[in-house]
Amino acid sequence: MTLPETSVATRRNRRRASSALASVLRFAVTVVTTIFGLLVVTFFIGRVIPIDPVLAIVGDRAPAHLVERTRIELGLNLPLYQQFVIYTKQALSGDLGTSVLTSNPVLEDIKRVFPATMELATIGTLIGATLGIPLGVLAAVRRGSIADQIVRVIGLIGYSVPIFWLGLLSLLLFYAQLRWAAFPGRVDIVYEYSFTPKTGFYLLDATMQGQWDVVWDLFRHIALPGALLGYFSLAYISRMTRSFMLNELSQEYVVAARAKGLSETRIIWFHALRNAGVPLVTVIALSYANLLEGSVLTETIFSWPGLGLYITNSLQNADMNAVLGGTLVIGAVFVGINIFSDLLYRTLDPRTRSR
Amino acid sequence: MSATETSLKPYSREWLLSDRPTSRKQARFGRAYIVWRRFAENRLALLGLAIIVLLLVVAAFADVLAPHNPVQGDLRNSRLLPLGSPGYLLGTDDQGRDILSRLLYGSRLTLLVVVLVAIIAAPIGLIVGTVSGYAGGWVDAVLMRITDIFLAFPKLVLALALVAALGPGIENAILAIAVTSWPPYARIARAETMTFRNSEFISAVKLMGASPFRIVLRHVMPLCLSSLIVRVTLDMAGIILTAAGLGFLGLGAQPPLPEWGAMIASGRRFILDQWWVAAMPGFAILIVSLGFNLLGDGLRDALDPKEAGQ
Repeated sequence: MTLPETSVATRRNRRRASSALASVLRFAVTVVTTIFGLLVVTFFIGRVIPIDPVLAIVGDRAPAHLVERTRIELGLNLPLYQQFVIYTKQALSGDLGTSVLTSNPVLEDIKRVFPATMELATIGTLIGATLGIPLGVLAAVRRGSIADQIVRVIGLIGYSVPIFWLGLLSLLLFYAQLRWAAFPGRVDIVYEYSFTPKTGFYLLDATMQGQWDVVWDLFRHIALPGALLGYFSLAYISRMTRSFMLNELSQEYVVAARAKGLSETRIIWFHALRNAGVPLVTVIALSYANLLEGSVLTETIFSWPGLGLYITNSLQNADMNAVLGGTLVIGAVFVGINIFSDLLYRTLDPRTRSR
Repeated sequence: MSATETSLKPYSREWLLSDRPTSRKQARFGRAYIVWRRFAENRLALLGLAIIVLLLVVAAFADVLAPHNPVQGDLRNSRLLPLGSPGYLLGTDDQGRDILSRLLYGSRLTLLVVVLVAIIAAPIGLIVGTVSGYAGGWVDAVLMRITDIFLAFPKLVLALALVAALGPGIENAILAIAVTSWPPYARIARAETMTFRNSEFISAVKLMGASPFRIVLRHVMPLCLSSLIVRVTLDMAGIILTAAGLGFLGLGAQPPLPEWGAMIASGRRFILDQWWVAAMPGFAILIVSLGFNLLGDGLRDALDPKEAGQ
């Protein structure tokens, strides 16, 4: 007896569902192990520090019984694996310890400073993508021309220049000499009290509240560090765009489109770029993640009160809870962005969907 | 010269380009010559090579080339002299030290960082990647998970945390950068290994009774080298920039060592009036990392013509 058609279809559907379930499971395992690994790494970095956390609290002239009691209170007398279990539990429930420098919980501090970093990275990525993609397309279309060479050199310098040095020189030129940019910082002290941010994204807040003088001031502050990060993002995005576009332009569908008599503009911007756009999304997400990293040095130059400045300040003051908390958060955001770009890629590119 | 008809003069152009090499040596030299010709077509790559050769020469002869002592300056007469002062071509810093001499000596530190990081990170990545790719199964799964964890951290931030834990200093900075640098090498070596794991020459070696250890060491690793070398060269600029960043934050080389990043940090205080103190070391970093980037690009195009022009 042959199986009815519907039964075959349901079986196929069931198989499809189970393979989808398997890929979701595999995905979940990846995420969990990576987060677990991040915790292991920060935990062990925290254990090898030469600064004794007990002495840091009680001081080196404390009596022996006090030292012992603090050691027990901190759980440092327990075996390493138990300490790790406690550390993991605390970290997963959002307890990253207390910052010695600000005496706030580290997570509170990070929540406060993180929007500043995200604002900066967002502006940087926006600049990088809006300039980098057209430049990359131009370089690919006019391959080997002067324009291609110029885009290449711009990109190579972006890959080779120390960001903090370029930041210093740009401050010298645009702040000290030309007076275009504002003094390092996020907002003028004048507005510090007249303006109450709600979301932590100052530009957004000020625009929503209609305080245009504040928006202008914020713009003068963010322009320089934003442009700097934008340049680094541009170097990366333009290079990748060029490479993807060269690949697309050599495909047969481009020949077909030309044979059909489509205009070159239409082929480049509607057909080739649309196909190159799928991997480009991943590149833009990665560039955003890189800017979170690049912000560490940029923020110290521009006194930008974000996560990077928070980490470096904590470093200078041997505030390890804050440093490791910040490292963990940046690592977790990195993982999050990677997952997000991966999912986006799967959604946008039908070829990657499982059959 | 009648002999040229039958046997070519060794090391001549024809001998190198012969498509019927008579000895293993001739074949190897011939291949190297073809790679070199492809490399030399690219002017920017040659420029990169020239910069790196210059760096090596400067580092080797820093004590001959430097006109002044790099760590001790003349505090009374030569503090913060501008560019082009007599005897001090690039000016002096706040301690009266000749900036040019410090830059020349600093090239040694830069080279030290780059070479040590490459020596530590590349073999780790090569071993992890080839073993993972050749063994497959759970070994592969475990090793690649570990690699992914290290890849999940942004390099600079992980290096910062490591140096904060180990204590500042150039050795710890090198160690921290090496720990953050190996995962991409492992990924590349694994991908390469996977492409020829099931190829026939591996099966042949296996049939002859070679142990997995021997196969990986003698037959898999050499084939991964060229793509690894390209990647390491391309990474060198990043390594230099990270080292300079650590130095700038006071976590790398400690004073009075003439490390370029640390020099920028110390010049930062005078940036408004004596800009050259901070500017000159930055140019040095820019030129050297540009050199490595150009060289790496050129090597990639020469060794891997598939990717050329991309």
